[in-house]
Amino acid sequence: MTVVLAVLEQRDGVLRKISYEVVTGAQRLGGTVEAVVCAAGPVQGTDLVGKYGADKVVTLTNAAFAKYAPEGYAQALAERVKQGRYQAVVFGASATGKDLAPRVAAKLGVGVTADITDLAAAGAAIVVTRPVYAGKALLKVKVGSQPAVLSLRPSVFTPVERPKGGTPDTVPVTVPAGRVTVREVKAAPAGTLDVAEAQVIISGGRGLKEPANFKVLEELAQAFGGRAAVGASRAVVDAGWRAHADQVGQTGKTVSPSLYIAVGISGAIQHLAGMRTSKVIVAINKDKDAPIFKIADYGVVGDLFEIVPKLTEEIRKLHG
Amino acid sequence: MKIAVCIKRVPDSETRVKIAADGKSLDEAGVKFVMNPYDEFAVEEGLRRGEVTVLSLGPAAAQETIRTALAMGADRGILLQTDKIPADSFETARIIAAELKTASWDLIFFGRMAIDDYSHQVGPLVAELLGLPCVTAVSHLDIDGTTGVAEREIEGGIEVVEFPLPAVLTADKGLNEPRYPALKGIMAAKKKPLEVKPVQPGPGSLEVIALTPPPDRKEGKIVGEGAAAVGELVRLLREEAKVL
Repeated sequence: MTVVLAVLEQRDGVLRKISYEVVTGAQRLGGTVEAVVCAAGPVQGTDLVGKYGADKVVTLTNAAFAKYAPEGYAQALAERVKQGRYQAVVFGASATGKDLAPRVAAKLGVGVTADITDLAAAGAAIVVTRPVYAGKALLKVKVGSQPAVLSLRPSVFTPVERPKGGTPDTVPVTVPAGRVTVREVKAAPAGTLDVAEAQVIISGGRGLKEPANFKVLEELAQAFGGRAAVGASRAVVDAGWRAHADQVGQTGKTVSPSLYIAVGISGAIQHLAGMRTSKVIVAINKDKDAPIFKIADYGVVGDLFEIVPKLTEEIRKLHG
Repeated sequence: MKIAVCIKRVPDSETRVKIAADGKSLDEAGVKFVMNPYDEFAVEEGLRRGEVTVLSLGPAAAQETIRTALAMGADRGILLQTDKIPADSFETARIIAAELKTASWDLIFFGRMAIDDYSHQVGPLVAELLGLPCVTAVSHLDIDGTTGVAEREIEGGIEVVEFPLPAVLTADKGLNEPRYPALKGIMAAKKKPLEVKPVQPGPGSLEVIALTPPPDRKEGKIVGEGAAAVGELVRLLREEAKVL
C-alpha cells in the first residue's frame, strides 16, 4: 500500500493555503495520505485537511517551532520519514518549502524533484513533470529514489474536496537547538499580496513611463478586493522602480494566476516564461505588434492611461 | 576570509529552447551560454568579503564561465569536468561537497537557483552534506566576526535569520549589484590559475523520459482599441473566460 507524507506549512499557528494544494497533489499518487506539520502548538486549519483527502494529520510540536526553524523542522521531518514507510514525501515549493525540502532530502540521502506541475504513480516509481528553462520546456522524469522527495509548484494543484478521516494526532518532538534561527519576520504592509500567491496579477513594464504611474495598476488591483497583486517586468525592477519581490519572469517569479493582466509590457522571452502558465492572459499595449499579444487570450491596443482607469471603473462596478 | 563560490554555466535567459533529436535534452546549437544570473550575485558578494575560489561542475566550455568570474576579480578557479551534468541534483551536490571538503572555508556561496533546471537545491544539499549551517535566497547580508544576519524574502514578508560562520549561503537578486569585468580584469583572468579535475557522476535516481515544448496557448484575439474596448473585454472575461 502506497503511503505518502504531505508536509503542510503554517505561519503564526495558521495553516497556509499551499497545505491544501500539497494534500491534493499527494493524492494523485494513490494510497494513503498522511499530513504532517511542524508547529509550537495547535494549528488552525488542520481540522480541514481531512476534507481535502488526508487520512491522518500529525502535528510535530516543539517550543522552538513557533517561527520557522530550518534545522529543527528538517530533523523532525527526516526522523518521521525514517520511522514510516513512505513512498513519497511531498512539499509545497513555497519560499519555506524550497528551503526545507532539500535539507530533509539530504538527511535521507536523496535529492528533491522540485517545482512539479504534474505527478502520477508508475508501478513502484513516480513519474513527474516539471517546467525547466523557466517554462520554455517541460521535463518528464521518473523518480526512482526511496522515498521520492517532491515539491509542488504553488497555485497549480487546486484543492479538491475529497473527505477522508483526517484523524488528528500531536507528537511532541525533541530536536537540538538550531544554529540557524529566524530572529523576526518583517511583514509586508497590510493588504499587500505576494505575486506568487495572488489569483489576479496586474503587471507593469516600461510602458508605465515612470514609477509613480504604477498607482493606476495599484488602483486596479484594489478594485479586485484583496485577490490581486501588482507585478513588474525585469526592465522596471532593474531600473529600481519596483521591488525584486514583484518581478515576474525567468530571473524573478514564475506565476500561474487565474488572470494575468500585462500592462505596458512588450513581452520579452524571459518575461513570457514566467507567466505563460497563467490561466487567462490579458495584454494592454500601445504597440499592436508587441510579442505579448501572441500569447495573450485578450488584447486591447491603445493608451494604457486611458484603458486601465476605465477597466478599474468596470471592475469596481462588478465588485461594488 | 576564505570564500568558495559555486557557479553554473546555463543558457542565456533570452534563449529560444529547441529540443534535441533524442527528445530528452536541449539542442545546444546556436545557444549562447552565460554564468547563471543568480551566481553573479554570489560571486560579487564573495569578492566584497574575501579571497575567492570559484568552483563549477560542467563541460570543458564551463572554463569560460569560470574565466568570467576570474575577470570579475576571483582569485582562482576549479572546474569539476564532466560532459554530463547529472539530472539528479543530489549527484551534483555530492561531487561539489567532496571537492569543498578538501579545504576549509569561512563562507560558501551559491546562486539561489539555476535558471535552466530550476531545482533551487544544490546549495542546501551541499550544506547538509558538509554539516554546515545554511541560509537560502539571501537578499541582504551583514557579517560581524563569526556571526551573520541575513534577510530572505518569503511570501508577504522578509525573514531575518541569524547564523554562525562558517556557513553556506545562496544569493538572491537584490543582495548587491554585480560588477562587469573590466578589460584589465579580463586580461588578468587569463593568467589566473584554473584547475581542471575530471569527475564521474553516478547515475543518480532520476531518469529523464522526455523534454517537450510547453503546450501552445490557443490563439488569442485583439478585443479592440482604446478605452472603448474595455466594456467588451470585461464581458469576455466574465462570460467566456469566466474569471471575473
